[in-house]
Amino acid sequence: MTIFSIVLRSLRQHALSCAVTSASVALAGGLLLTVWVVKTQSQAAFTGINGGFDAVLGARGSQLQLVLNAVFHLEASPGNVVWQDFLDLQNNPDVELAVPLAVGDNFHGWRIVGTTPDLFQKSEYAPGKKFELRPGGNWFDPARRSAVVGSFVAEKMKLKVGDRFHPFHGLIYDEQRQHAETYVVVGMLKPSNTPADRVIWIPLEGVQRMSGHHAGADTEISAVLVKLKAGSALAGFQLENYYNKQGNHLTFAWPIGRVIAELFDKVGWFDRVLTLVAWLVAFVATGSILASIYNSINERRRELAILRALGARRTTVFSVIVLEAATISAIGVALGFGVYAVLISVVTEIIRSQTGVVLEPFASNPVMFWEPAAFIVLGACAGIIPACKAYRTDVANNLGPYS
Amino acid sequence: METLRQPLLQISGLQKSFAAPAGGRHRIVSVAEFSLTAGLQLALAGESGSGKTTFLHLIAGILQPDAGTIHFNGEPVSTFSESQRDRFRARNLGYIFQTFNLLPGYTCLENVLLGMSFGPGVDRGRAQQLLERVGLGDRLQHRPQQLSTGQQQRVAVARALANRPKLVLADEPTGNLDRKNSRAALALIREACREDGAALLLVSHDAELLGQFDQVSDFSQINQTVHLEEIA
Repeated sequence: MTIFSIVLRSLRQHALSCAVTSASVALAGGLLLTVWVVKTQSQAAFTGINGGFDAVLGARGSQLQLVLNAVFHLEASPGNVVWQDFLDLQNNPDVELAVPLAVGDNFHGWRIVGTTPDLFQKSEYAPGKKFELRPGGNWFDPARRSAVVGSFVAEKMKLKVGDRFHPFHGLIYDEQRQHAETYVVVGMLKPSNTPADRVIWIPLEGVQRMSGHHAGADTEISAVLVKLKAGSALAGFQLENYYNKQGNHLTFAWPIGRVIAELFDKVGWFDRVLTLVAWLVAFVATGSILASIYNSINERRRELAILRALGARRTTVFSVIVLEAATISAIGVALGFGVYAVLISVVTEIIRSQTGVVLEPFASNPVMFWEPAAFIVLGACAGIIPACKAYRTDVANNLGPYS
Repeated sequence: METLRQPLLQISGLQKSFAAPAGGRHRIVSVAEFSLTAGLQLALAGESGSGKTTFLHLIAGILQPDAGTIHFNGEPVSTFSESQRDRFRARNLGYIFQTFNLLPGYTCLENVLLGMSFGPGVDRGRAQQLLERVGLGDRLQHRPQQLSTGQQQRVAVARALANRPKLVLADEPTGNLDRKNSRAALALIREACREDGAALLLVSHDAELLGQFDQVSDFSQINQTVHLEEIA
């Protein structure tokens, strides 16, 4: 009979307390895994998403707000850009592609964005990947009130080709602010796992000339997505200098990844708080292992004395208790992956529905290797104090009555 | 012929005392000379509180003597370190307790296997064979609490013999049994020790049980602290 089989029998004897402490470790482990994976994956996903563009040009204001508005379709637009500014940028020899965007309307809370067909036909949202339509659909006709619906919106609003809808004014749904125009769904995007999935795309002129928009809206846009020519390494610096330092009415957010990284720097404290909470939960769970085994030692003194009387060394008894604590932790870690699967599924869906960004929660991540090891080591450490108590068990006094 | 054999167990000048609650120390064991030949079955008669269990614990290496020597098969057990004594106990001794001391979370078979685990190593076949020999071949997977008191004692006997001991120590082994079971248990212990070639040192105050032994010694004659002696 090995030490491990002695441990398993002991766990079997104390199944209830073992289950409760394992569950607390599982909760802590699942929480820590979730926080860590969401942190690393969302940072990688958000900083990696640029829609295939290098920069965003918009009204004077926050670069972060500009990027969130134009690339992630979050936040309000910081202001408008006049059409001539768009043309100037489009004609810059270092610019490969400039795509105008106009925002300001919604359909039941889903953002309606006006743009040109260039967004779908000339750009790649990721290297080698262009937006594609589901079978039976078409790109919108700039001269008609037609719309292409992102895959997530189509799924949530159950829209299909041929459906008609009225846009609502503003970025927040208010049923009192319905526009008179009727749009026809002519196509639905295949899922791209980008924020574009959460948008209803209509021709740029549609937003510019929507009834109820302010006078002059037809010559203004909200932002310009900019792709610089490959090889023009200094173009980004030059345009940033031109718009941000020499100019005074526009903002050039470049590069997009750096702007988003700054966001994560700003909210880094939140990550750290969550991580700290997860580690605190882990320490509490470890403490519960310590307490449950420590308390059980009193009722197990006789059992330990019998083991010693049969020839088990003090170090063997010590090892049994430490291994028992580590095993409870290991069981908790294994169950923790189940907790993680549940938590991460919920969080991934929330992030997807709020931003369109899809995380890959089950992709390999270093935390999935070091977290189980750390928890098992912590568990084993929690076993040391009760193991010392077991180590000191007086054999003769605990074996039973003296005849 | 017995006396010509090399003693299995040789004790001389053995002393053990404990701290008394009211201060000072109580000497419990003071044995000038004691020996036991290999394969011999000896009963020690003594009243409750006469130091019999302490004497057995000292032989088993569970307690360390204050003075004196214990030699087992020529080896000075009393000078062994604690881990050496653990190893000695696991390899050479079987111990049958008055309260059996079976582990409740283990099956009969596992309790017997445990008797081998720290010594020569686990031999599942022998464990099953021992339980069959004590009449519990159909109770291998039963837990102690599912057995009668007599059956529990038989498991304890099987466990004591599991590591092929040279000496079996039995401390009031029938103290918790009725008369009928008591006789049967003693017969089983003696027969099992004889078959395995193990010496048996049994302590008891039960006159009827002691009457079944050819060799009985009065422990009060061996242990010279007839009354608890207070040491200044």
